[in-house]
Amino acid sequence: MVNIIWASMAIIGIIYAMFNGTMGEVNEAIIESAQSAVTLSLGLISVLVFWIGIMKIAEKANILKAIANLSKPMIRRLFPDIPKDDPVIGYIMSNVTANVFGLGNAATPMGLKAMKRMKELSKSATASRSMITFMALNTSGLTLIPTTVIAIRMQYGSVSPTEIVGTTIITTVISTMSAILLDRLFFHIDRMKNNRSK
Amino acid sequence: MGVFTTISTWIIPCFLLIVLLTATYQRLPTYELFVEGGKEGVQMAFSLLPFLVGMIVSITILRSSGAIDAFIGLISPVLAFFGFPADILPLALIRPISGTASLGMTSEMIMTHGPDSFLGRLASTMQGSTDTTLYVLTIYFGSVQIKRMKYALKVGLLTDIIGIITSIIVVTLIFG
Repeated sequence: MVNIIWASMAIIGIIYAMFNGTMGEVNEAIIESAQSAVTLSLGLISVLVFWIGIMKIAEKANILKAIANLSKPMIRRLFPDIPKDDPVIGYIMSNVTANVFGLGNAATPMGLKAMKRMKELSKSATASRSMITFMALNTSGLTLIPTTVIAIRMQYGSVSPTEIVGTTIITTVISTMSAILLDRLFFHIDRMKNNRSK
Repeated sequence: MGVFTTISTWIIPCFLLIVLLTATYQRLPTYELFVEGGKEGVQMAFSLLPFLVGMIVSITILRSSGAIDAFIGLISPVLAFFGFPADILPLALIRPISGTASLGMTSEMIMTHGPDSFLGRLASTMQGSTDTTLYVLTIYFGSVQIKRMKYALKVGLLTDIIGIITSIIVVTLIFG
């Protein structure tokens, strides 16, 4: 999918330029944009080093764990199918907390562990209710501190790179709540359909 | 409006303060831990580099050819009717499909329109507030060989639509 998107953006651009007479601009853009993308990536280093460094301290000081524990009662309610003291609850909490702090790289391994355990619980090739709820949470974003975006804004000389944290938080909260509601809604629709067909 | 700007400005320094106080109280080697984590940050920035170069070049070709503007000109009368800013549509369409493509597009929009413009703020919020539905579903379900994902895709994509519309409303209300 990514391959098709990537190639077709360039292909459409070049073909369009043939008829639009903008080949000069395109030619220039290829070289200049590669240069600016490198500058951008190098500029990201400052924020990423700082933020991940701080998060390392937070992790060792058990701050992430403490925050994760606050979410425990909520996680239990969201996943009624999971046995009360199953380790998967811990994996889910770590995944959610890492996402909230914009640590995508730390979130994924924990998330995959959670999926593996949920599969052991369901023993089926069909997605279980808990898995879908977990995916609803993950695809809705959950991010409260969008580190990379802040770094990009800084790089292009924003007066206030962090001013979008507020809007990001509101949007994330609304979309995550919608994800949970939609997940519940479709679960019940699905169950009604199954009951009828039986 | 003032409240949101204050929260946005205070949240990171305050978090930093809490982390450092807690860690120092526990007598942790804060500086050494920071450096250890920082190394991972360097790696992350370098591993992003080829993705960003690839995506940004491809998007810039499309934009500089005039194709994006032509597309936006074509659909903007329809979208304007719903109050949807047409310039954001390419990002909104690509956001659920590919993380690196949308990160590249967000960077390119911030570069073209400026980080403090309406579109720059909107792109930033949109990029930060939702995740790549198709990628997440493929990786997670793929890792445990789930063949039928039932209503997971429906929930994910509907949430993306809600997230995109919400970000437009929120950014318009707060930054106008």
